[in-house]
Formats: sequence, structure tokens, C-alpha cells
Amino acid sequence: MHPRDLLNEAMAGLLARPVRSVLTTLGTVLGITTLVVTLGVAATAGNQIVGRFDELTATSVTVEVPENPFPLVDWADVGRVTRLRGVVSAAALAESNQSANLSVRSNDMVDPTRVTDQTLTVVASSPGLPAAVKGRMVEGRYFDAGHIARGDKVVVLGQHAAKMLGITRLERAPAVFIGTQAYTVIGVLGDLKREKSLASAVMLPPAVGGRYGLGTVTRVLVNTGLGAAELIAKQAPAALSPGNEALLQVISPSSPTRARDAVEGDVNALFLILGLVSLVVGAVGIANVTLVTVMERIAEIGLRRALGAARRHVAAQFLLESTLTGLTGGIVGASVGIVVVVAVCAAKQWTPVLDVRLAVMAPAAGAVVGLLAGLYPALRAARMEPVNALR
Amino acid sequence: MPEPVILLDDLTKEFPTDPPVRALSAINLRVERSDYVAVVGPSGSGKSTLLNMLGLLDRPTSGSYRLDGIETTMLKDSARTTVRGSRIGFVFQSFHLLPHRSVLENVMLAEVYGRGSRKGRRERALRALERVRLSHRVEFLPGRMSGGERQRAAIARALMGEPALLLCDEPTGNLDSKNTDAVLDLFDELRAQGMTIVVITHENEVSERAARRVRITDGTLAEE
Ligand SMILES: Nc1ncnc2c1ncn2[C@@H]1O[C@H](COP(=O)(O)OP(=O)(O)OP(=O)(O)O)[C@@H](O)[C@H]1O
Ligand SMILES: [Mg+2]
Repeated sequence: MHPRDLLNEAMAGLLARPVRSVLTTLGTVLGITTLVVTLGVAATAGNQIVGRFDELTATSVTVEVPENPFPLVDWADVGRVTRLRGVVSAAALAESNQSANLSVRSNDMVDPTRVTDQTLTVVASSPGLPAAVKGRMVEGRYFDAGHIARGDKVVVLGQHAAKMLGITRLERAPAVFIGTQAYTVIGVLGDLKREKSLASAVMLPPAVGGRYGLGTVTRVLVNTGLGAAELIAKQAPAALSPGNEALLQVISPSSPTRARDAVEGDVNALFLILGLVSLVVGAVGIANVTLVTVMERIAEIGLRRALGAARRHVAAQFLLESTLTGLTGGIVGASVGIVVVVAVCAAKQWTPVLDVRLAVMAPAAGAVVGLLAGLYPALRAARMEPVNALR
Repeated sequence: MPEPVILLDDLTKEFPTDPPVRALSAINLRVERSDYVAVVGPSGSGKSTLLNMLGLLDRPTSGSYRLDGIETTMLKDSARTTVRGSRIGFVFQSFHLLPHRSVLENVMLAEVYGRGSRKGRRERALRALERVRLSHRVEFLPGRMSGGERQRAAIARALMGEPALLLCDEPTGNLDSKNTDAVLDLFDELRAQGMTIVVITHENEVSERAARRVRITDGTLAEE
């Protein structure tokens, strides 16, 4: 028998009862739609959350240094972290309650009526801070090892702090007073991506910070390459304070894959079960209708046997009919599912993530459902004796 | 001497009902090539059962049936199917036309399970329909046609595979005398071409034009 004839006969069999054929596919359509929507929305939502765990969060590691009778981390120890494989930048920071609300004033006395006293946070940092907070010097420069070694009385202002103090340009070497001490402003740090609160802070070199209780490192900010955060989080404490690593607290991002898995796992489980149940119901539906169809077409089966159809030809035709029914359900279900996923994404303003494999596998799954559903009816049709079928 | 097309030897068919029905009992029949045999007999005498045996649609309980010299009772189901599809044409008592397919498609169906090529199938079907004078109903659904037209469509389908043996159950039961004549003329023509024909009939007109007449009564067969 020519394959095209087989397809012809199967199609004719389906089209002979179009309404029934359409109704038969409904179960499969429902099942496949549910599966595609579940997997599609889960993938998209998972990706959405991974999106929020973007590069910044996924590569930021912070080491908290608790108060201790002796300093756990020395300012110079940051260099050891920077040398770790996978570390992009790192900087040490000293903050204290004492320095959190200090009165800072600019030397601009042009307008005596203007209140120039501002209450600002003062921190001390190692020279690598601009890179560590992923910011940039809006004006001037950050202090370097030289400033620190010489004990220069210089400060860098956060962008916001500079605005509050009315300092916009540095040509005339403006000074600020912290309490009664004068410091030369050598730079303004802005566009911070991390530790954004530092934008309204005053940064001092560690050498002069001791005066405000900023002598010891309280925090180390580390930026890692993508995917290195987990490893660095493990290695950084030992690099910073060998022997005391247990005392240091590390804050690292949860691994993005784990975040995605958790989300997908939650959303999927229930709906996947729902989809599979619908598929089974769909299969039972196809099996039922195909069986009814076989019983209705007993005479036709007999005729085909009389015309020379072997048992396998009869079986093949009914199998193909049920498979085509399932395939149609799969294609329609996949299409409806994809439309729903895209609609959900549009409503939530997400970027739809559609796995091509899903779009291909869904119709295939429908076909398999139809094939399995058709096995028993096809067997029944093939077993029929021609003489009984023709009566 | 060439092998006869049909050679029945003590062919018996018993249906295992309660009580068992002996539809055919020890039938002997020899039909040569180009023979035209009419089978007559009262209703329920076993005519259709005999035709089913001859068409390999059913297996006898005992006895032998040689078709073209081949012992068919020992053949496996697949071999019987092949012989049936390639050598035997059927015209059933109740036509058995597929209701959702056009007359042409119904006729073409006769070639679907054969080994022949798809090419020219439509033309062959159209020619078969022409022979039964049904060219004007080619695209009709069987449900829209008269009983006589359906019967002629069934005959056209039986002619499609150019079978060596044509088995007809009441082929003219629904035809008026004009169409009956036409069908009988067609049978004569087919016979002349070497086709062997076995026809079940109630009608004298049909059995009289047959070269041979056999009568079945209660499952036993006798020449007339
Ligand atoms: N499958 C079966 N089981 C039991 N008995 C059967 C079966 N098929 C046929 N018979 C019986 O065998 C006998 C012969 O039946 P068959 O159909 O051959 O009659 P027929 O000569 O063709 O009659 P008609 O002219 O009415 O078509 C009948 O008595 C019938 O009841
Ligand atoms: Mg009969």
C-alpha cells in the first residue's frame, strides 16, 4: 500500500465526521496548552528573576568585619583579596556610629545668610573605592597611597554631598570643615552602582580617619567576575584575616541557577501535573472515540479486507487517524499555549522566553498521545474477521 | 488439462452456534476458466456462505478449496488476503459503498491495497464506471444515488482490479430489466475476455443467461 494512499484514507476517515474529529482533539488541545503555558511562563518568570539577579547583584560580595579587641583586617589586607582569581575590584571601608552624623561645612562664606552646615556621614576607605562601588570620579580624583602615606588632609565627596555643600568645581581647591578641621576636596565621586548611600558621604583616607573612630576596617566590598561570587565568598575571609576567617561575615548573592530552579520548581509542579492529567484525559477521549468509530465502521473494515487490505493496513489506518487527531491537538495546543505565554508576557512586560524545543516537542507529544490512544482500537479493528465485518 | 479456477472437494461449513448450523455440507464444485455459473436456491440455503468461502472471506470447517490450483484452506491469513486482493472481485448483496466518498473514490478504493502504481488509477476507475454506464454520476455520494446506480457502482469497483474471478451476490436485485440486460451484456463481455463469474441470483433472467446453473438446498449443492 502506498503511504500516500494510507494518508488519504486516514484523512478521509477523519474528515467524514469533522465535528466529531474536532471535539475529539479538545482534550489534547487542553493538555498541550496547559503544558506549554506552564513551561513557557515558568521559563519566562524564572528568567525574569534571574534578570533581577543581574550582573551587579550576582557579582557583589561584602565581607563584614565585626568589632574586635584587635583589628581583624588591616587596611593593606585588601590587596590580598584583589589578587584572588575572579576578583575584579575590592576596597575596604570604615564606618562608625561616631562618624555617622558629623557636621560638615564648606569654606564658601560668600553668603552669610546661607546655612552651609550639613550633617553628613563620614567614612574612611582604601584607595580602590571608586572601582569597588562601580562609580566614577565626576570631578578630580580619588586619594591614592601617596596621600595616605603622607597623611594628607584631603577628602573626596559623594556627588550628593558635594551638591549639598555647594561645591561644584575644584579649580580653586575648595576646602570643607569637619568639625573644626579643614580638608582639601580633591574629588567628587558619583554614579555609584553599589553602596549608593556613599553618594551623600564624605570619604577620608584611613590615615586621618582615626580621629573620627574610623581607624579600623569594618567592611570590605568585593566585585567578582560572573559566576565567581560563590567561590570568592568562600576564599575572601581567609585572604583578609588568616586564622580569623570564622569571625568574618560574608554576604554573597544566592546562586542564580538555584534561584531559577526554585521558582520554576514551585510554579511548575502543580501545573505540570494538571497538564499531564489533561493529556491523559485527552488520550482516553481519543481512545474512546476511535473505538466508537471502529465499531461504526465495521462494514467498512470488512470491505477493505475484501479489497485486499491486510490486518496491518487496517491497523495502520486507525492508528494514523488517532495519531493525526493527537497531532492536530498538539499543534493547536502549542499555538494557543504560545499565544497565551506571549500575552502573559505582554501584560507583565516581561521578555517572553520560548524554548524552540518546546514548540517542536508539544505537537510531537500530542501525536504520541494519539498514537497510544489508537493502539487498542486499531488492534480491535485489525482482529476483525472479514466475513463477520461484512455481515 | 489446465487447473480449474475453482475446485471444491467435500467443502463443509458449520457455524458453532447452539444448535450448530450446517450452512454447507460436503459441497463439490468445479468451475473452469471463463465459466459463468449461476447459484440459485431459497433464502437461507447457504448461497452467501458459499460465496464467502469462494472469496476467501471465511474458512471452511472441513474439505478442500483449490483456487487456480492453490490449496487455500492451508494458507495463512496474509496470503489469503493477497490472493483475495489480486484475483477476486466482489459485488456484495448490500453494495458496501463508503457513504462519505464519491462514487469515483469508491471505485478507486479497489486499487488502494494492491501493488499497482497510483498513476492512471483515476482513468481506470472512470473507464470502469463507463462500462456500467455511470459516467454521469462520478462525483456523486452513494447516498444520493438510486439502488440500481449504487449496484452498478459496486460492479464498477469489482471490475477495477481486473480480477480473474468475479463473485456477485444478487448483482441485479435492484435493477430494472433494461439495466439488468446491460449488466448481463457486460458479464458476457467479461467472460469473453476470460473472466470467471459466479453469480447468486433469484432471477430467472440472470440464471438463464448463465452457461451453468447450480442449486443449493439446505446446504447441499446440485447441478441443474
Ligand atoms: N455467522 C453465522 N452463524 C450462525 N449461522 C449463520 C451464520 N451465517 C449464516 N448462518 C446461517 O447459515 C444459513 C445460510 O445463510 P446464507 O447467508 O448463506 O443464506 P443465503 O442463501 O445467502 O440466503 P439469502 O438468499 O436470504 O441471502 C442460514 O440459515 C443462516 O442463518
Ligand atoms: Mg445471501
